[in-house]
Amino acid sequence: MSAPPLLALRGIFKRYGAVQALADVDLEVRAGQVVALVGDNGAGKSTLIKVIAGVDPADEGTVEWQGRPVHITRPHEAQDLGIATVYQDLALCDNLDVVGNLFLGREIHRAGLLDEVEMERVTLGLLDTLAIRLPSVRLPVASLSGGQRQTVAISRSMLGEPRLVLLDEPTASLGIEQTAQVLDLVEQLRERGLGVLLISHNMGDVKAVADWIAVLRLGRNNGFFDVTTTSHEQIISSITGATDNAVSRRASHWETER
Amino acid sequence: MTRQREGEQAARRTRPAPGRADRNPLAALKRRFHSGELGSVPVVLGLLVVWIIFESLNENFLSPRNLSNLSVDIVGIGLISTGVVFVLLLGEIDLSVGSVSGLAAAGFAVLNVNQGVPEGLALVLAVLAGTVIGAVQGFFFAKVGVPAFVVTLAGLLGWNGLMLYILGSAGTINLDDQGLLAKLTGYYFTPVAAAYGLAALGTAGYFLASYQDVRRRRAAGVPARPLGEIVLRTAVLAVVSLAAAFVLNQFQGLPLALLIFLVFLVGLDQVLRRTPYGRMIFALGGSVEAARRTGINVDLVRISVFMVSGTMAAIGGLFLASRVTSATQTAGSGNLLMDAIAAAVIGGTSLFGGRGRTWSALLGVLVIQSIASGVALMGIQTAVQFMITGGVLLVAVVIDSLSRRARRAHGRV
Repeated sequence: MSAPPLLALRGIFKRYGAVQALADVDLEVRAGQVVALVGDNGAGKSTLIKVIAGVDPADEGTVEWQGRPVHITRPHEAQDLGIATVYQDLALCDNLDVVGNLFLGREIHRAGLLDEVEMERVTLGLLDTLAIRLPSVRLPVASLSGGQRQTVAISRSMLGEPRLVLLDEPTASLGIEQTAQVLDLVEQLRERGLGVLLISHNMGDVKAVADWIAVLRLGRNNGFFDVTTTSHEQIISSITGATDNAVSRRASHWETER
Repeated sequence: MTRQREGEQAARRTRPAPGRADRNPLAALKRRFHSGELGSVPVVLGLLVVWIIFESLNENFLSPRNLSNLSVDIVGIGLISTGVVFVLLLGEIDLSVGSVSGLAAAGFAVLNVNQGVPEGLALVLAVLAGTVIGAVQGFFFAKVGVPAFVVTLAGLLGWNGLMLYILGSAGTINLDDQGLLAKLTGYYFTPVAAAYGLAALGTAGYFLASYQDVRRRRAAGVPARPLGEIVLRTAVLAVVSLAAAFVLNQFQGLPLALLIFLVFLVGLDQVLRRTPYGRMIFALGGSVEAARRTGINVDLVRISVFMVSGTMAAIGGLFLASRVTSATQTAGSGNLLMDAIAAAVIGGTSLFGGRGRTWSALLGVLVIQSIASGVALMGIQTAVQFMITGGVLLVAVVIDSLSRRARRAHGRV
């Protein structure tokens, strides 16, 4: 009835040696949706991100991008499709300024020389459309706060004009004000029609910003909830495994979705 | 729920961004001081102090003759130090530069004097030898994973051994004192117009480049430096360069060696700050992992930086040999290595990587050579020179460490 989801994973399996990291995992992210991926430590969240980002391809299962099956085996293949990933450790160069970090590895140059003016213009334009406020784009990112660094990392991923953004724990170790900044930005991404897959440990953040919550437990799906109709307790019990009917609820949920 | 959050967002957006009080230049300087962004302020102050002290002890110190000699004396170490800046930007170190410089001089002497190879060709081969040595050391560091400190320590010993080997039993090879190599440090542009012309050209070039940048920035609607600041900077540059030209013209005119050194400094400064390659070097100095993830070929950049360092060491060694018109067994030994590294650090290039400019080599080597020259003028033992230089180096490293700590403290507010 509607357009196919931006990204659909079906029956993803991933094994590291003796450890079954992912088993029969399904996931859908639609354009203009924020899907939170939650679960206990070792539930397979990061593994799933790596599968989508092409860092560590799945053993089995299909990945569909806008309705057609694709094989993502390397990071740049994911980037070419329009999937941007912001890892937890941000990967920023502290000594470079905001412009330098944004364009690192894809500098604009004229006749072999860096075109700082054009890069700064694009940076300011991008930060403006994302409603990001920074003291100056010419300060080394070391002098920015944790939240500002996170927004720099996210806006860097936006330079490639992605359709889907994967955020790995964007609010971990941030203060309240800074967390708010980052969550504002996530909402900006949604308003611009992007799909967002957000890993988070913080149930408050998830409830504040996500449309859907996908729960992983021990490498398996353990629920897919609509944020507006699901209580905090339901999600927590689904994460910890205190409910045994979570899977059936998820199944019924998918039924109504279609 | 979303409606409510949007209200909060709007409120947050209208709030002014912090840190906009930098319009006032004094406040900006204060902020820079507290956040550890000192740049070249300490070394310029240090240089002034050194000059004032030695001038008050011996009035010949700031004489045109002494300053002119100083401007040639700094070139050899300065060129080596410029290469060291590149390595320090990666956060690594190259201990072999002294030995490589000596080997290049010896190689040139053997090729030219003993083997009869034309000077020009011998010069090119000697410089290329430095490049190859840098590539070999860079390979072991980048590809094999041996710490740069150890690779170049082996080089320090090994290349010095090779130099002694090719010099053979004779030990010292005297060079043609009318030849091309001797001219490198012996030639002066005597017409007064040369030094003044260079000063005027440099100042005008700086002003035009800055002005062009402001115009492009305004056209693109990007914040630009106020025109007043550019005029001020140009004025300072004009005063310094014209004063230098005046002093040089009081003696023998513009030394060719100084001109070559300045060309290298400007050229390599552009490479570091204005090219994608330079940006990669800075990125590696900031975070190797971040650089790797953005697709930078880390190994290649590392090897190339050691090639730059080796090449500059060889060129510097040739200038040092030119100064004494001979290749000796002691070339490249002693405190040359320490001076070259110390010059870069004293000039403001960080030992921790990712921060520095080629100009720090010039400023640092000026400090070191000024001390050496002043001590020599007064007839004090070199022992005192070592102690003073050691003290200055310690101060420079302390400033580097403290400003790094200040940046850290200031960074994560």
